[in-house]
Parts: sequence; C-alpha cells; structure tokens
Amino acid sequence: MNELLWIFISALLINNFVLSYFLGLCPFLGVSGRLETAFRLGLANIFVMLITALCAWFLNTYILIHAPYLRLISFIVVIASTVQFIEMVIKKLSPALFKALGIFLPLITTNCAILGLAIFATNRGYGLVEGLVFALGAGAGFTLALVLMAGIREEVELSDVPALIRGTAMNLIIAGILSMAFMGFAGLFSST
Amino acid sequence: MPKRKEDAYQEFVKGLWRDNPVFVQVLGMCPMLAVTNSAINALAMGGATFFVLVASSFLVSSLRKWIPRQVRISTYIIIIATFVTVTDFTLEALVPTVHKELGAFIPLIVANCMILGRQEAFASRNSVRLAVVDALGMASGFLFALFTLGAVREILGEGALFGVSLFGPDFEPWVIMILPPGGFLTLGLLLLFFSWIKERKQKLEQRLAQLEGETQ
Repeated sequence: MNELLWIFISALLINNFVLSYFLGLCPFLGVSGRLETAFRLGLANIFVMLITALCAWFLNTYILIHAPYLRLISFIVVIASTVQFIEMVIKKLSPALFKALGIFLPLITTNCAILGLAIFATNRGYGLVEGLVFALGAGAGFTLALVLMAGIREEVELSDVPALIRGTAMNLIIAGILSMAFMGFAGLFSST
Repeated sequence: MPKRKEDAYQEFVKGLWRDNPVFVQVLGMCPMLAVTNSAINALAMGGATFFVLVASSFLVSSLRKWIPRQVRISTYIIIIATFVTVTDFTLEALVPTVHKELGAFIPLIVANCMILGRQEAFASRNSVRLAVVDALGMASGFLFALFTLGAVREILGEGALFGVSLFGPDFEPWVIMILPPGGFLTLGLLLLFFSWIKERKQKLEQRLAQLEGETQ
C-alpha cells in the first residue's frame, strides 16, 4: 500500500510530468489560456493515461516479450486506436460527456506525455495496479500544473506586461518559476 | 540550373535560421528541454533527431505517390517510429553511457511534433531532393538550438563546457540551471532575446523606409 502511495505522490508532485520531465509541453503552453478549458483538458488527459497504462500493461505482458523491438510502434498504434475506439463509444453513449472531453481526445492521443507514461511504466517494470496508480498520479499532476498555469495566465492578462515579453517567452519563464516551486516537494520523502 | 540550386539553398537556410524549429516555430520542445542539461547530451539528442528527420523525410518523399491520403498521418508515424527504434538500438550498442543518460527520451523522439510537421508540411509534397535539403536544414536548426541551450546551461550550471572547467575552482555553479527550472528559464530568455533582435530589425527597417520617403 505504502509503495502505491509513494508512486502516486511521486508522479503527482515530485516528478511532475510537465514541470520536471518536460512532457506534454505543447498542450501545457497551448491550452493553458483559460482555467475552464485547462481543467477539462486535464481530466481528458487522466482518462487517456489510464487507458494507456492498461494498454501498455497488456502489450508488455502478452505480446512484447516475444518481439521487444516492436515496442515503440505497437505502443503508438494500439494506444491511438484504443483511444479512438473509446471516443466513438462515448460519443454514442453519452453525448454530454463527449462534448465536455471529446474534443481534446485527438489532441492528446499522440502527445509525448502519453507515450512517456507507457515507456516509463515499462522501464520501471510496473505491474497492472502500479501502472494504473502511476497513470492516475501523472494525470493528476498534469492537471494540477495546467490549472495553476492557467490561473496565473488569467491574472497576467490583466496586468501591464511589456509587449516584447508577452507570449511564449513569458509563459516559459512562468513555467520555470512554477517548476522551481515544485522542486520544494523533493524534500517530502528524503527522510524516509 | 542556377535557379534550382538557389531554391535548395533557401530551403536549407530557412530551417537553420529564419524558421528555426525551436526559436521561431517553438516546436519539438518536449524532448529538447529534458536532455539539454549538458552540451554533450544535447549533441547526442540533436544527432539522433537529425538522423530520424532526414531518413523519414527521404522515405516519406520517395513514397509520397503511394501513400493514400486518408491514412497518411498514421503512415508517417509508423515510418518515424521505425527509424527511432533503429536509432535507439544503435545508440545502445555504440554509446551505452549516453544512451543511459538520455533514457526514455530517445523513444520520445517519435512524439516530436517538429518531425511529423515536416513530413506533413513539406516532404509529402516535394521532390526527394528538396525534401532531404529541407530536412537537413530543419535538423541542423534543431541541433543548433539544442546545442545553444545545452551549452548555456552547462556553462552556467557547472562552469564547464564538454566537462572541461572554464572558470577555475572559484566559480560558484548555478545549480538551478542544470535542474528542470533552468531549462524553462533558459529557453524563455533565449526566445525573449530572439524576439528582441527581430523587433530591433523591424524598427530599423521602418526607420529606413521613412528616411527614404523623406528624401524623395
């Protein structure tokens, strides 16, 4: 149990996917303009990450032990098609949910955070439960970073910033400061 | 055919400077920030991306008449993934230490949107020769950006370049620069620097145009 909690906290705060592994930067910089959108994208991301962990575990246990060199290709193909399939199912079953999350699904399917999750889980030899907890932590961490960023950006919109620095340069510097703040969490588990 | 030669040259310079994938288009950032904590890692990552981009552009461009439109993106991704797998295993066999340091970020080259972007925007609609030249330019631009970032971070963060100490023992290293926040800050400041140059150039051109108008 303790092990699982450690995996969760580590992926959520200490090794945050966005702020310390630099994964999923494209949506982090692109879709963090508004709080509401950022939150929804985060939720959709948690959902896709859970599916990814499931697919990665299945592929690793049953298929890739026979052909390890196909790892990368099969991850991409299987994850992308599973997400697309589930997208169609959601569209059929719950149009409301699809409207809230669906538009983001194609955006994040081939994201490096998703592929990174599958590769990290494989490299660390996580089983099914560990993989799912890792996905939940990483997804929640992504949402947290995205929501924080969106909140800051909404505030910055209203302040007087020189035109030259507006845009990506400023967002990266804000991200740098956020990342510095998250480094403080590294001390959480050092004593144990 | 002097004109065609000029075209190829233009395509090359475009990638290296005017449309630099990192500094101007801000693409392919996920794999680049994580591995640029030293100049040597940055070069290894840049080299790997270089090979993947040029090889995929070559193949996509040669196959462009046979790839059906509907499944083109999936085809590109599978081509890219194949070359990334090749690179991954080659690096593991040749330089195991570098491979270990880059870790999961070599497979993540697949998700570099810059590579897929070049296939969709350029290689799939141009001749093999132009596609390769374009890929060479873009890949060199990427390598240049990675190296700049890696060198700045290593010099400030460790007081060294390629592991050779530059400032002697009195230099207090800025540890933050080789940690994750340093990546964000360095790239942010570099982008700021480039947009400053661009704005200055624009102002200068405006001023010139104004002066010309006055003299006439």
